[in-house]
Formats: sequence, structure tokens, C-alpha cells
Amino acid sequence: MKTYKSFRLFNGRISFLIHTKALKVCLLLFGILSAVFIASTGLGDMKISPLRVIQVFFGGGTEFEHLVVVDFRLPRMFVALFAGMALAAAGGILQGMIRNPLASPDIIGITGGASAAVVGFLALFSNEDNSLTVSMQWMPAAAFAGAFITALLVYFFAWRKGVSPVRLVLIGIGLSALMQAVTTMVMIMGPIYRASQANIWITGTVNGSSWDNVAVLVPWAGAMLIAAFISARNINAQELGDELASGIGSKVQKQRFLLLVISTGLVGVAVAFAGGIGFVGLMAPHMARRLVGSSFGALLPASAFIGGILVLLADLIGRTLFLPLEVPAGVFTAAIGAPYFIYLLFKTRNS
Amino acid sequence: METIRTDALTLSYGDRLIIDEMNLTIPKGEITVFIGANGCGKSTLLRSIARLLKPQDGSILLSGEDIAKLPTKEVAKKLAILPQSPEAPEGLTVMQLVKQGRFPYQTWLKQWSFDDEKIVSSALEATGMLGLSDRPVDELSGGQRQRAWIAMTLAQDTDILLLDEPTTYLDMTHQIEILDLLFELNEQEGRTIVMVLHDLNLACRYAHNIVAIKDQQIYAQGKPEEVVSCRLVQDVFDMNCEVTIDPLFGTPLCIPYGRGRCILKGGNLNVAK
Repeated sequence: MKTYKSFRLFNGRISFLIHTKALKVCLLLFGILSAVFIASTGLGDMKISPLRVIQVFFGGGTEFEHLVVVDFRLPRMFVALFAGMALAAAGGILQGMIRNPLASPDIIGITGGASAAVVGFLALFSNEDNSLTVSMQWMPAAAFAGAFITALLVYFFAWRKGVSPVRLVLIGIGLSALMQAVTTMVMIMGPIYRASQANIWITGTVNGSSWDNVAVLVPWAGAMLIAAFISARNINAQELGDELASGIGSKVQKQRFLLLVISTGLVGVAVAFAGGIGFVGLMAPHMARRLVGSSFGALLPASAFIGGILVLLADLIGRTLFLPLEVPAGVFTAAIGAPYFIYLLFKTRNS
Repeated sequence: METIRTDALTLSYGDRLIIDEMNLTIPKGEITVFIGANGCGKSTLLRSIARLLKPQDGSILLSGEDIAKLPTKEVAKKLAILPQSPEAPEGLTVMQLVKQGRFPYQTWLKQWSFDDEKIVSSALEATGMLGLSDRPVDELSGGQRQRAWIAMTLAQDTDILLLDEPTTYLDMTHQIEILDLLFELNEQEGRTIVMVLHDLNLACRYAHNIVAIKDQQIYAQGKPEEVVSCRLVQDVFDMNCEVTIDPLFGTPLCIPYGRGRCILKGGNLNVAK
């Protein structure tokens, strides 16, 4: 079997079966991701060649280049990269768990909860002069709390001697709609300035990211991504359906809960810093499935890399193409994502 | 060799009683087939034996131990279940499916031991799927697909195989092909096979032991040639028939009465109803 390569270490105490083609595709995607990351860091008002960018990473370049790359652009790149990876991985997990290619973080209400929380936060802590009474630093925390509380509610309402994927989706759609209503209501009732600020956040943008953001986002998303990768076997099992998953000895309900926690964590932290960037969680796992197949050991890293590429590119377009205007990254992910979604619906209808 | 027995097993869906205090012993190393009318609870019984459904009361004993108290991974090493018409995720290849049968033996760091490799390839070989191992399951024909699923349960390397209507939606050729495969697995490796089948005549041919289920209870259990009779078919399926002998195998053959074209001279079988 040339398609696979066995990999064993320490007398077989560590052993993996590697799909050679999937591994190659993952490495290639990682290469593209790195290239986009470096190129994108160099592009903007002031253009710096990719080689210079790499030199600056390693401490070279002029002081001014250092300022632009390290202080201005890199935090934003990191936030775009990790938000994209987190959303894509979460989408992949949910599609496997719910056994539906149309599942995404938006559908089970996590993103909606985060939006409602942010809008509520902006309304609640604004005074008559339209300025915030608490530090803006707390907004990610509000988003994260909103995501988690909604996910918990969805799980709680979907529970009936265990949670079935269909109930999860139905309750998720319901709560999502409710959160949407709350969001709209608060935005209409609040001051116009706050509404536009909230709207930019809901669309999803990585503008204004700081190293403080990166310091929270990267370790948290990184840990969750590793946890997701370790759970790959269990997502594979879940995708077979409850009966077969139990049959081969997976603890279906416990794993489902854990996977929900991981995906909520991923989405929560991504929306906290990058807002409601849509469609990445839907598109990236799909594209990955086309490239590396359906085994989550390869599917998860591949979708994460694709997610990172998508958000980096969307942000690059948003901040360079319409200068001096800055368009939120979420506009572009939606611009590609919405037609893609319709294409998917069309394809599933025909099969 | 593992054994299965139920002890005063009671199953229900909500208020509806499905199985009432059933004591059933599955003979080891044999093929047992559950038969009964639609909705009599034969599939439910099979699923509960596979610990997919919690008993309302009573217990299922796997080699004398209550299955509900055993760790699920340990159970998965002793019995494998193939539910009715399972669906594979889009694009999953036969190999990726079959190797998941090794789940109970693996840890995160140990995902492909020498045993895994050996047993997966022998499961693929036994089911004739070696040449198709890199094909996506959803692109296979019905019979091939079912063989892929059976290969996955074989990769679990269990003494006991439970199958819920493994021949549903298959044409006649593939029904025989699947049943022959299961028969060989029983003959050559002595695996205990328990399955639900709708076709009584095929059940009589392949089963060593038939369990007829009626009114939440075992109506009859034993060798097909000893238990299958007009009376049994009348009681269990509520149908009039003649039971004769299969001219090829000598096993019981059930020929139902009913309407239809009768081309025998002077015969009118409808009268018998």
C-alpha cells in the first residue's frame, strides 16, 4: 500500500499511519500560509519586500521598518492568522460531529451569542457623551462570555438523555435567531455611533489588533487547536454516527461535550479579537476535505491552514485595495463564502 | 470464547414495552438469527445486546459480566455491531473506515501497531476489499459497501458479531454473497454471529439457531428444521403458508398463501386462506 506509510518509534510504543498525499498537501498548505503571512506583512501603505520582512523578523532592517512590521503589522497578522485557523478548525469539528457539511459555528448560535454580548456591552457601558465607562479591553471578554453562555444554553436545551446532532442544530438555529433579534434591538435603541462601531465588529475585522490581543489569543487558540488535533480520532468516530461510534468503543456523549467545549473555545476566542468573521468555518473544512480526504488527522490541520490563508487574504484585500478606505475582512470572507454556500446547497440538493 | 445471555431483560421506548423479562442464551460459535414481524422488537433486542440501548430492567451478561458495568472499550473488543444501513462520511475511503475498527485498541500515541496493520489487512482480505481499499465508500456499489462495513467490524477482532439486517437494500446476488461471507467467518474462525434477517427462507438456510420473537417474548428458539412450521409462521407473522423442504439444502422452505396467478391445473390456492 503505497498510499500509506507506517511510522513507528520506540519499539512500536508510538505508531501512526500516514497518508502520504495528505501529508504532502498539508505541508504545501503550510508553505502557502507562511508565504501569504510574510507577503501580507510587507504590503500596505509602506511596501517592504518579503525578504526584508524576513530580515526584520530576525532583528534586521531599519528602525522604521522594524516599527512598521513589528509594532504595526505583526499583531494584526497574528490575530488574522489565528482567528482564521480557529474558526476553520471549529467548523471542521462541528461538521464532523453534526455529520452535516453545512454546519458551521454560526449555525449552532455561538457567533450570534458573541455578537449580542458585544452589542450589549457597548450599550450598557456607554454614557451620555457616547464614550465607554469601562476600558475597551473588556470587549473580547464580553464576546467570549457571550459565546460560551450561548453554547451552554444550546447544549442544555438540546439535552434529552444525551444530545443528538439534529436537536443541537435546531436549538442552535433558534437561539441564533433570538440573539440576532437582541443584537438588532440593542443597536437600534442605542446611540448611532455605537451602532456603527458594533456593526464593524459584527462584520469581523482585525483592524486595531495589539500585541496584548496576540498574547491572549495565540496561547489560547494554540492550546485549543492542539486539543482538537488530539481529538481527531474521536471526531472520526462521531462522524460514523452514534451507534457505530458507541459500537467501536467511543464514549459518544462525553466526547461530544468535549468537542463542543473545544469548538466553542476556538470560536469564542476568535470572535473576541476578530469579530464575527463569517463563512470561514464553513468554507475552509470543505476545501480541505476536497484536498486531503475525510480523515480528521489530516482534515483538521489542512482546514486550519486554509482558514488562516483565507482571513489573511481577506484582510490584505480589505486594507490595500480600497485605500484610503478600510474594509473589514469579514466583508470579503462573506463575499466568497455566500456564493460558496449556495453552491454547496445546490450540490447537496443534486446528490 | 465469549458468551451472551440476557437475564430478565426488559426493554421499552418511553411507555411502550418492547421486550418483557426475556431470558435468552445465544449459543456460542453458531449463527443465530432473530425473526419476527415488523416492530416486534428484534432490532431493539439486538441493539440492547450491543449496549446501544439501556435496559429498563434486567441485564445482558457478556461471559457472565453485566455489559452495562464493563468499560465500553472492553466491550468493543469482545463484540462488534453493524447497525442497519450505516452511512459513511463523504469521501471516506475503505481503508480509513476499516481502520477505525481498531479504535478500542488504540491510544493517541499508538494509532498503528503491528497488530492493527495485520488485522486490518486480514479484514480487508477476508471481505475481498484489498483491491478497493483506497476507494471512497460512498462511491462503491451496495454489496461492496456492505462488505466494507463488515470489514470494519472484523477489524474490531471480536468473537461476537451482531448485524442488524445486513442484507437490506441488496439485490439477490449480493444478499447471498454477504450471507456466504458471514457463514464462512463462522465456519472458519468460529465467530458467534447474531443477526436480524427478514427473509425466513435464507434465515433457515444460514442459521444454526433461530429465535422467533412475538409479544415481547421468545416464541420459539432452536434449529430451523425443528422450530419452523406452518404454525410458527401463522403465530409469529400472522400469515398462512406451507412449509416444505428446500430442494437444494434440505432446510425448511416457507411458501406463503395469498393472491396471485395460479397456473397449476385445477389449483386455487386462495381457498386455503
